[in-house]
Amino acid sequence: MATLTGRRGSFAATRGEIRKRRIIDRLMVGSMIAVTALVCSVLFIIIAYIFYRGVSYINWEFLTSNPRPVGSEGGGIVNAIVGSLILVGIASVMAVPVGVGAAIFIGEFPSPRLQRAVRFMADVLTGVPSIVVGLFAYALIVEPTGTFSGWAGSAALGFIIVPIVLITAQEALRLVPGSLREAALALGVPRWRVIMLVVVPAARRALLTGLILATARALGETAPLIFTTLGNNFWNTDPSRPLSALPLVIYRYAVGPYQEEHRQAWAAAFMLLAVVFFISLMTRVVFRSRYEE
Amino acid sequence: MEVGDMGLPKPVARESVESLRSSKSLTPTRRSHLSDRIFFHVTRSLAVLVLILSLLLVFELLRGSAEARAEFGIGFIWGTTWDPVAEQFSTLPTITGTLAKAFLSLLIAVPVSLGTAIFLAIYAPRWIRTPLSYIVESLASIPSVIIGLWGLFIMVPVVRVLQIWLKDNFGWFPLFSGPAIFGVGVLAAGIILAIMITPIIAAISRDVIRTVPRAQMEGLLALGATRWEAIWKVVLPYGRAGIIGAVILGLGRAVGETMAVTMVGGNAFKLVTSLFDPVHSMASQIASEFTEADSNLYVSSLIYVGLVLFAITVVIEIVAQLMIWRITKGQGEARHQA
Repeated sequence: MATLTGRRGSFAATRGEIRKRRIIDRLMVGSMIAVTALVCSVLFIIIAYIFYRGVSYINWEFLTSNPRPVGSEGGGIVNAIVGSLILVGIASVMAVPVGVGAAIFIGEFPSPRLQRAVRFMADVLTGVPSIVVGLFAYALIVEPTGTFSGWAGSAALGFIIVPIVLITAQEALRLVPGSLREAALALGVPRWRVIMLVVVPAARRALLTGLILATARALGETAPLIFTTLGNNFWNTDPSRPLSALPLVIYRYAVGPYQEEHRQAWAAAFMLLAVVFFISLMTRVVFRSRYEE
Repeated sequence: MEVGDMGLPKPVARESVESLRSSKSLTPTRRSHLSDRIFFHVTRSLAVLVLILSLLLVFELLRGSAEARAEFGIGFIWGTTWDPVAEQFSTLPTITGTLAKAFLSLLIAVPVSLGTAIFLAIYAPRWIRTPLSYIVESLASIPSVIIGLWGLFIMVPVVRVLQIWLKDNFGWFPLFSGPAIFGVGVLAAGIILAIMITPIIAAISRDVIRTVPRAQMEGLLALGATRWEAIWKVVLPYGRAGIIGAVILGLGRAVGETMAVTMVGGNAFKLVTSLFDPVHSMASQIASEFTEADSNLYVSSLIYVGLVLFAITVVIEIVAQLMIWRITKGQGEARHQA
């Protein structure tokens, strides 16, 4: 009738007690496996439906033509695909230098106060709802210029990318061993060349992973685009006017009343999801070594 | 975006970096190379730009909402009218709607994500751990508009059946007293939000649980505890602050999430009284009404709603970051001294 006594309670060790404790253990493990399986199956169910509903509508016409007037059959999303690429492209060009540059500064130069402030701000910014970022871009650009535009949409997306790039870039630079910097500095190389030619190349895999994943995230953002770039039913590549975007099309078509638009929403969702997953899968395969470390 | 990377500094040996950094000589002085000084100032202004942009965000929200703030004052938060025709705006129902959906989603997501996190961090054999983690993170990377599309056409009809069943069998319970005909509503939004925040909470909690020293758990196992007892008495208390931080972070995401909630939340302006009510949340109100707002005061009021939403999420986010930092940072310092 031995009893093991721990600080936080006792582990009774009669035969019946042991059996009871074992059963509880099994039950808990079982329920953990069950909830993990639940999470996985939810993912599979969502992907399966997007595939099942979306893939049958995809054809050459859908991918290469502009939308038809509301309510009529056919038409496509080529303007939305091009619009999304332009929006995300401009956003990345604006946001990546800011994020990486700020990360280099707070990672490579001694400035504890600014470092803590910037890092803390970046952490907080990742939690700002994307719809609020949309309001920000509206008040900052749409209202003063008096027109919805691709620029405003890009600015909103860029604002979402900056903190993500900053955080991943800082983590990436931290993984570069200090001895590498010291070795280069000892050779008399100027500090900026040490950073640009030694530190950044050494961290390039993790840096690129962060950049690409941030871009993929921006590709799927909808809320900040609704009242900045607005959407457009016609072909347009001029960012000073409203641009169409893939996620906007999915939203508008899904909440609209037309069957034909619902089918197109599923097909557009399939396209978007395929691109996002393809990007993140490729990053994983190409930059695998980061995960093996 | 890899969720695990968001808030948690990875533990790395950084002694040499630290010693490099603390030396003042690295800040360019007058005698430094000109190019070094330029580089220093360029990167520093980019870092400062991030701070300026954040302040600009707050400033623009304040400026955009100035008209509504002057008109309705702080009473905007607890009034219950939203009448674009009479130009009377206040937002208590959307705040309560937002919180109802967010807390319902936590109720579903917390047990599921903690179970997943513990399984991934402790039980799962190595060969299955990586693919499972990848699956969980993939769920987080699905754009919310796609989750909303799926929710609207596939999940809402199922929720509607569930609503009718609940109403028939437990209709006496006040939370199930609402109209069971729509499908869309608090319940549907809560489930959709749970799907979206589960991978976030699971990924961060998994990282937190991994920081618990293995010896702690092994000590208890050696005393004859079962695995579950070791987890319950050592692992979870040890990681408590970080796990609570992860849950609060999930709450912040649930409060600010827009697209999926707009698509399945029901979007009616009324005080929430039951799980079946179709009600607006703050984000869905902004998203669905902004392009139709036809007066300056209307637009300004919607930006005011955005300001309130921003304030709530920032407070939540700061609390969460502090709790996650406390545990991982304490770790880092301990490593440094050892």
